[in-house]
Amino acid sequence: MKVYDLPDSRGHFGPYGGTFVAETLISALEDLRVQYDRYRNDADFQAEFAYELKHYVGRPSPIYHAKRWSAHLGGAQILLKREDLNHTGAHKINNAIGQALLARRMGKSRVIAETGAGQHGVASATVAARYGMKCIVYMGSVDVERQAANVYRMKLLGATVIPVESGSRTLKDALNEAMRDWVTNITDTFYIIGTVAGPHPYPMMVRDFQAIIGREAMAQMQEEYDRQPDALIACVGGGSNAIGLFYPYLDSDIRMIGVEAAGRGIESGQHAAALTQGRPGVLHGNRTYLIQDANGQIIETHSISAGLDYPGVGPEHAWLKDSNRAEYIGITDDQALEAFHALCHYEGIIPALESSHALAYAAQLAPTLARDKLLLVNLSGRGDKDMTTVAQASDITF
Amino acid sequence: MSRITTVFDKLRQQNRKALIPFITAGDPQPALMVPLMHELVKAGADILELGVPFSDPMADGPTIQRSSERALKYGVGLKDVLSMVEEFRKDDTHTPVVLMGYANPIEAMGYEAFTARAKGAGIDGVLTVDYPPEESGEWVEYLNRQQIDAIFLLSPTTPQTRVEQVAKMAQGYVYYVSLKGVTGATNLDLRDVADKLIQLRSRISIPIGVGFGIRDSMTAKAVAELADAVVVGSRIIEEIENSAEENILTNVYRLVTSLRSAIDEAGSKH
Repeated sequence: MKVYDLPDSRGHFGPYGGTFVAETLISALEDLRVQYDRYRNDADFQAEFAYELKHYVGRPSPIYHAKRWSAHLGGAQILLKREDLNHTGAHKINNAIGQALLARRMGKSRVIAETGAGQHGVASATVAARYGMKCIVYMGSVDVERQAANVYRMKLLGATVIPVESGSRTLKDALNEAMRDWVTNITDTFYIIGTVAGPHPYPMMVRDFQAIIGREAMAQMQEEYDRQPDALIACVGGGSNAIGLFYPYLDSDIRMIGVEAAGRGIESGQHAAALTQGRPGVLHGNRTYLIQDANGQIIETHSISAGLDYPGVGPEHAWLKDSNRAEYIGITDDQALEAFHALCHYEGIIPALESSHALAYAAQLAPTLARDKLLLVNLSGRGDKDMTTVAQASDITF
Repeated sequence: MSRITTVFDKLRQQNRKALIPFITAGDPQPALMVPLMHELVKAGADILELGVPFSDPMADGPTIQRSSERALKYGVGLKDVLSMVEEFRKDDTHTPVVLMGYANPIEAMGYEAFTARAKGAGIDGVLTVDYPPEESGEWVEYLNRQQIDAIFLLSPTTPQTRVEQVAKMAQGYVYYVSLKGVTGATNLDLRDVADKLIQLRSRISIPIGVGFGIRDSMTAKAVAELADAVVVGSRIIEEIENSAEENILTNVYRLVTSLRSAIDEAGSKH
């Protein structure tokens, strides 16, 4: 059997990934690569990481059988990997802890992060408080406005939130600004990237820290169901929760489906479906699929879920798409909202709008399959942060 | 011999240093571009660096970001930039023009199409900020096929071993980023630059230009004492930004001539 061993030593997943950054960042990335190489196989580091995941995050996160919803849909059984039960409410904390532990070992006293929905910002602010580090979070001013509660959470945790006014004033611009900060403060600063994008080694490192999701799932499925699922389903913005679930399964032949944000519909042009609608290009340090115009300018994206509202996607997903190892499809805002309400109604679980995209596809797929089939959906986050957005979509104001 | 090499050879014979102004193509509006390029040459520019507008200029400070946004409002893309240079070449066949920008507009056009069109338009060198040498193998081959110089950056954080690697690939001149930061920053340390340039000289045989953070005549002069070329970007763009449209050419001319005299004072000492 062919063993999956990407990326190569320079961070390439086939033609994707790599280190497409200005010279000013090269030495910092090289330093990070060397240090990460050292600690990824270091027993003390891994032991501390495992301890924190267990005692601080509350892992392992359970697999929950959504029986009522599955029965209502009338087909395959839907199982949920409950990342929403993690401390801070999403999978983002797994990676933030991993990178913070690395930052400490590298002697960096200041961490910076970019955030869209605010989940990664909250996770970074949380670990900075936990380890006594200074934390600066860059956030597009449009997102600052639509995610006010998360901005306040970050401030409560002691972080400084800097609204970014350049470009489209969303996640991609926050990333640009964080890169500019990093290049200016390279000596004492560690940049905690929140997803499997950015220059090498970030896509690999973030994947490794999130792979706990898939490793746990594999063991839990074996123990509780005595078999593995028939398909894995996860939402894809940058793609960290999806890669976290998929990665340990890559050498199997289990079907994997990544769900992108089709926003107001692909035909409306207002979406964030980079893999299904974009073209390969270079942005934020790596080569990947991008939503861009004919001149190679990055186009503003739209999704009801701020966490999926990004014009690129992690390079490993680009490779998994081209090599046909994973399938990628789009779910609209409306379809995601419908799944959001269904999970509230049938299971008493309020999912994040990001995760609702994965749920919506599970709801389409389940009825087409037999009742003994198992679909494992990554419920990557909880929906408390989305109350205002969901209420607005139903024309309700508080 | 390339236009870039010719310029540096001539300056060396005259004991002078090169002045390389940077402006963003299409800023403040496309119609002003070609007149502005001629004005820069008239004011004493030896080589012109033209920024290709990009939606996500990661390595640039606020001034160049704004100039990029102004140009993008007019929809200025890479093909428009090439047309502007083609137009400029009708009246100026000797001043080298270097494009500076980000990878994605070039990726969108394709290496083959871009290098052929760039050659046709009269482009002499290309500096792609986010193509470091390790990702540039194929890219440099395409440039070489059209005899366009591949220009690379070096930074204060570039280790010596890597300088040698860059030196092997770099053509025309190397662009030394004088500080840890983005374009237009204000933390330039001349002593650092001086120390670093001594080290670079021993490993790099082609001319070395210094840019990022050169904001006045005094700094331009000091940098000209150390380097072969002085690159000024954000300061010129500020002048464009702060001038009424009818005064842009005059004000930019005045600024660039003052930089020119300062740089020539440095040269005459040797």
